[in-house]
Amino acid sequence: MSCMKRLCHETRSHDRLRRTLAVCLRLSRRLLLKMSEERDAAALSGSAQTEGEEDLFVSAMESPEAARLSAEDISPSSNGPKAEPMLLDDDPDDLFAEATEEVSLDSPERQPILSDGPSPVITPVTPVMISSRADVFDRSPDQDEDEEENRDTFDIQISVSDPEKVGDGMNAYMVYKVLTKTSLSIFSRDEVCVKRRFSDFLGLHSKLASKYMHMGYIVPPAPEKSIVGMTKVKVGKEDLSSVEFVEKRRSALERYLLRTVKHPALLKDPDVLQFLESSELPRAVSTQALSGAGILRMVNKAADAVNKMTIKMNESDAWFEEKQQQFENLDVQLRKLHASVESLVCHRKELSVNTASFAKSAAMLGNSEDHTALSRALSQLAEVEEKIDQLHQDQACADFYLISELLGDYVRLITAVKGVFDQRMKTWAKCQDAQVMLQRKREAEAKLQHANKPDKLQQAKDEIREWEGKVQQGERDFEQISKNIRREVGRFEKDRVKDFRVVIIKYLESLVHTQQQMIKYWEAFLPEAKAIA
Amino acid sequence: MQEGLDDGPDFLSEEDRGPRAVNVDLQTDATLQVDISDALSERDKVKFTVHTKSTLPNFKQNEFSVVRQHEEFIWLHDSFVENEEYAGYIIPPAPPKPDFDASREKLQKLGEGEGSMTKEEFTKMKQELEAEYLAIFKKTVAMHEVFLCRVAAHPVLRKDLNFHVFLEYNQDLSVRGKNKKEKLEDFFKNVVKSADGVLVAGVKDVDDFFEHEKTFLLEYHNRVKDASAKSDRMIRSHKSKFLFSISYFYGHSPLPLSCFQTLFPVQKIEARVAADEDLKLADLLKYYLRESQAAKDLLYRRGRALADYENANKALDKARAKNKDVLQAETTQQVCCQKFEKISESAKQELIDFKTRRVAAFRKNLVELAELELKHAKGNLQLLQSCLGVLKGDT
Repeated sequence: MSCMKRLCHETRSHDRLRRTLAVCLRLSRRLLLKMSEERDAAALSGSAQTEGEEDLFVSAMESPEAARLSAEDISPSSNGPKAEPMLLDDDPDDLFAEATEEVSLDSPERQPILSDGPSPVITPVTPVMISSRADVFDRSPDQDEDEEENRDTFDIQISVSDPEKVGDGMNAYMVYKVLTKTSLSIFSRDEVCVKRRFSDFLGLHSKLASKYMHMGYIVPPAPEKSIVGMTKVKVGKEDLSSVEFVEKRRSALERYLLRTVKHPALLKDPDVLQFLESSELPRAVSTQALSGAGILRMVNKAADAVNKMTIKMNESDAWFEEKQQQFENLDVQLRKLHASVESLVCHRKELSVNTASFAKSAAMLGNSEDHTALSRALSQLAEVEEKIDQLHQDQACADFYLISELLGDYVRLITAVKGVFDQRMKTWAKCQDAQVMLQRKREAEAKLQHANKPDKLQQAKDEIREWEGKVQQGERDFEQISKNIRREVGRFEKDRVKDFRVVIIKYLESLVHTQQQMIKYWEAFLPEAKAIA
Repeated sequence: MQEGLDDGPDFLSEEDRGPRAVNVDLQTDATLQVDISDALSERDKVKFTVHTKSTLPNFKQNEFSVVRQHEEFIWLHDSFVENEEYAGYIIPPAPPKPDFDASREKLQKLGEGEGSMTKEEFTKMKQELEAEYLAIFKKTVAMHEVFLCRVAAHPVLRKDLNFHVFLEYNQDLSVRGKNKKEKLEDFFKNVVKSADGVLVAGVKDVDDFFEHEKTFLLEYHNRVKDASAKSDRMIRSHKSKFLFSISYFYGHSPLPLSCFQTLFPVQKIEARVAADEDLKLADLLKYYLRESQAAKDLLYRRGRALADYENANKALDKARAKNKDVLQAETTQQVCCQKFEKISESAKQELIDFKTRRVAAFRKNLVELAELELKHAKGNLQLLQSCLGVLKGDT
């Protein structure tokens, strides 16, 4: 990849660069694809790429499970099984983190993914596909807006609970119970309870991201992988930190699911429904870092990074520029705030330790004091301090769980939002490329006209029509994604205000409770102090 | 939302400015009243203005003031300690040296880091550090004042000539701090004393009262030392949490919720809690650490006198047996006996007074601590509830 970056700096024009890169990356991807094919023993149609398609939406097999698609699903006119680069919110350092989780590469039993139309994994680029996707949702984007106004009828409760350790040693994993209670009609039952593991959640997220990111929908990011935390749990350490880790993860998963179903489009998605309802879920091996899909993800990430550097978009809409700037700032500030809250929690724990040791010391002093009333008062003081210490500990928990986790979530969400803006940029670039191509084809046709080669001329005219269609499609896509993003950002900001408000209220209430307790303790102590004669 | 809590650096002003009987209960007597009316902090020293009001005939005027520095207080204290006449009294502990180094360092660091903070953060932190500096300053003034008041309240010590000179002589006392040689001498003296102290402590006292006091004081002193250290640590982490959290709560509200900012007054209250705890609890313990050390010193001196007395007795017996220098031995023995009895008598009274003072001081401070904690908790509660009200109503 580094040689590609060097290439980036050396080539002159951005266009040429991008095209060269696209070719290189495509080739490398093909190579990796072949590797993963052999490993997964899947019958992939290696001819995923058709020539003349210089799209930067790097096509690659996202997961081996798509390979299982029966041949009928892949219509000849489509571009073959494709998938979008996804998981833009993955922690780059953590790419190999999952390596220890699932090393077994044997292909498990898989069911084809449920869907109403052609596989949702297929990225529709032709007009045919867009309309079929609309069928899948059974609604138009405008209907989404109506849905948002009827938010009060939104009635679904999801809880993630009962983490259980399954298996032993390094192959062990935690299984969580996901309970869904709802009165919505798209669900088959009122109450469903299924067991899921962490990689299932990751798999769901990657599927959703591949389907919706490029349309401009903000897909809530899944909780992060953690090699340290999981290893401790696997090894069987039953200490406090691993218990805390599991609890953190459990609540993060719950928040993730709740955010996902809050999104009106995602709620109706068949993958989400399947995740919540079906008792058996095909194992998402593609979320492993060392799988073929994992490596492809890395490659995609590199491509994205390069693209970001090279695409210079002519922003015609000031709103987008403004919003992007806003999100950049918000990102920076949230990260700072998050770090501060985490260290505030540390300080509180330190205060708690010191209060406890002072309490003991005061008790000892009370013991050695020979004036009885004073001795009793000092012992009381020690008790009060001990109780306050307990309060401080509880407060530390409150500080952490409530605010810190929320901040972490939002830091990740903002990354997803930025990703969506990047998608728009890519759409624009694609549109531009199509226009350039069209121009070239037109020039070629003009040349042919002079050269008087009738058959080639016809082909040229056909190509021009094709490219005109593509340009139109590109412009439509761009408009669509811009519209979607506006709506999504509006929704995001509303939700953000709501989320923070709820958390702040809870935090303040816990602070109020702490103060009330303190008042009780000191009021009980005061007469003792006064009674010293 | 500030509600008068925004006193800035002056948040200790609610303490009574009267006789700063912070740690000791004193009967202020009209015949001799001493206080520190003013103090000036210069680069590396503090100048105290000692103000005296007296109806005693010893003084030329009824009311007068002089300027004294810390070294002069120490000189006065040492003169008491070295005076054999006062062996039977608990010498009021010397005030601790004014130590602004830590605070100064912090202010300096703040100044260096000015570029990396926003203007508001900087002014807030500066205010807080200045408040801390002011608090330390007030404390050191209080400590010096307490020392003088204790001396003035003591029936014997108040008549001391050095004390009168200290109060009245309006020129510089030219008391130089101890030079290296003297400090080394002091060090050796202390070593000898502690070794001696161990021996003396081992001697079982015939008198029950003193035996009990000895064991009590030893244990008490150690426990107070421990409690003092632990309370210091606790209050420091209380403070640091506050100082730290303001820097993030303030200015970091990118969210459409100004509530992070309304939490700021809450944090401010917690700062006052920490400051009050410091005053009432930590200072109390520190003071009694020093006082119990002074009481231990008294017992040591008595024990020394007892040992001398017993040695004199033995020497007398030996002299009588040998029938040599009997008279001399007798006089020595008489002197020792008198000394011992004098010390014992006054020591008994002193120790009883010490207990009374201690109990009273603890009572006063514990009651005030509880009242202040209650006041702050209620204040906090009110703030938080109004904040919640605003948030909840604001849909």
